[in-house]
Amino acid sequence: MNFGAIRAIFLYEMARFFRTLTQSLISPVISTSLYFVVFGAAIGSRIDEVEGVSYGAFIVPGLIMLSVMTQATSNASFGIYFPKFIGTIYEHLSAPVNFIEITIGYVGAAATKSLIIGVIILVTAGFFVDLQIAHPVAMVAFLLLTCISFALLGFIIGIWAGNFEQLQLIPLLVITPLVFLGGSFYSITMLPPAWQVVTLFNPVVYLISGFRWAFFGTADVPVAISLIAITVFTGLCLAAIWWIFKTGWRLRQ
Amino acid sequence: MPAIVKVTDLTKRYNDGFEALKGVNLEIEEGEIIALLGPNGAGKTTLISTICGITMPTSGTITVGGYDTVTKYREARAQIGLVPQELNLEPFETPMRTTRFSRGLFGKPPNDAYLKEVLTELSLGDKLDAGIRTLSGGMKRRVLIAKALSHEPRVLFLDEPTAGVDVELRKEMWAVVDKLRANGTTIILTTHYIEEAEAIADRIAVINKGEILLVERKDELMRQMGQKVLRIELTAPIAEIPEALAAYGLSLGEDGCMLDYTYDVTGERTGITRLLGDLAGAGLKMRDLHTKQSSLEEIFVGLVKEGA
Repeated sequence: MNFGAIRAIFLYEMARFFRTLTQSLISPVISTSLYFVVFGAAIGSRIDEVEGVSYGAFIVPGLIMLSVMTQATSNASFGIYFPKFIGTIYEHLSAPVNFIEITIGYVGAAATKSLIIGVIILVTAGFFVDLQIAHPVAMVAFLLLTCISFALLGFIIGIWAGNFEQLQLIPLLVITPLVFLGGSFYSITMLPPAWQVVTLFNPVVYLISGFRWAFFGTADVPVAISLIAITVFTGLCLAAIWWIFKTGWRLRQ
Repeated sequence: MPAIVKVTDLTKRYNDGFEALKGVNLEIEEGEIIALLGPNGAGKTTLISTICGITMPTSGTITVGGYDTVTKYREARAQIGLVPQELNLEPFETPMRTTRFSRGLFGKPPNDAYLKEVLTELSLGDKLDAGIRTLSGGMKRRVLIAKALSHEPRVLFLDEPTAGVDVELRKEMWAVVDKLRANGTTIILTTHYIEEAEAIADRIAVINKGEILLVERKDELMRQMGQKVLRIELTAPIAEIPEALAAYGLSLGEDGCMLDYTYDVTGERTGITRLLGDLAGAGLKMRDLHTKQSSLEEIFVGLVKEGA
């Protein structure tokens, strides 16, 4: 194992994160605060409670998930797409590293960044609403798994993308709608019965439900299924990455 | 001494069916500078990329320092530094940061003192923390060389180091290559400038259409394949070549005062003595004589045309 290479990639990516601190950190915090103002204060004042939790607090897990998923995906996809775009990928291909090391470096950095952002949003939320965390260990586990699995997904997108439009395509067309429709701002029990069934095909539902359970002890779907869902998703991403590097798809002819 | 780089029966067929390398055999000795000379699209970059691991060989084997580049890729690649053809650098990085990253990628422990030394040696000592976007093309090329040297490789690949570079920068690059060689680094460079191969290489491999046409020591190549031209200046112009001299295949210059005789230095007889005798016999008076060795360019063009 070339730990030096993992360290080099990780530190290099983190350095980029800290160099562009404004866009990488402050913008998610501002947008989250805006969500609180709009959904928590403006709309939330007309909704008293959802499943026994004040609406302001109810949306916190969903908001964190929203940011963590989009940030993990975009950071990881950009991290690996940029060397491809600018041509410096030759270095990764000619260095004594294997795909596991490259993946750990990029995905590790992207997951770390999104974790930092997630924690900052959690802290920011603490200023707006009263928060209690019923199952802290499960909360951390769900958060970590989400950071890692969506960073893996982003990594795949970054390798697949042939231009900047494609890089934005999946996050914009797939992830954002799934997250919004995945119960970030509502409980799926609030939906008409037919839509409750449809929504069960949205994988994000399981993540948000599980994460919310860790906070408030109530869930839309059983926690065990949430855990299985995220594990399967992570496994699928890992399998895809293994296949990409094995065949050299989009990377090495 | 075993070759530091050994390429055996290497073929490379791209996914679109294009056969870029058709059975290449090449041995490179430690400490030498070898130039892969060939026209655009000859397969030079494919050959280098395949040795370095950027593309995978279709068949055949490559060893670097005795390690197979596919099965023992870590050991093999650890010994290779690659300077790509394009100026592939992140504009917002600095020479110091980017070389540090390269060294790390090769799993070497951090050593900023060494990296500073390399960059300074490449006349970038005052640009260590400058933004790469502010550097000139020549400086960027040297940053790429520093990156390739950051992990202390034994073999350095330079892909078209002076493509699109002005004369002064090219000379500067040659001086850099000379310095590297003095440090004992083996250098493999690709070029389509004959002048470059002639100026810095110990050996020259001519490659065209995915095949190595020949590998030869540069001086040997020029001696063996070289044709020389004997130019005879006459005291008075002549209208046409006298009948008695027809057999020599002479060519007459425009002003009628210049006769060119082409001969092969490897031939048993060059025919010079007889020619000079016949010239005197034909009543022509000579003012001056000089000989000219044909350049690599002429040899190269001859070879590539022959292969076509």
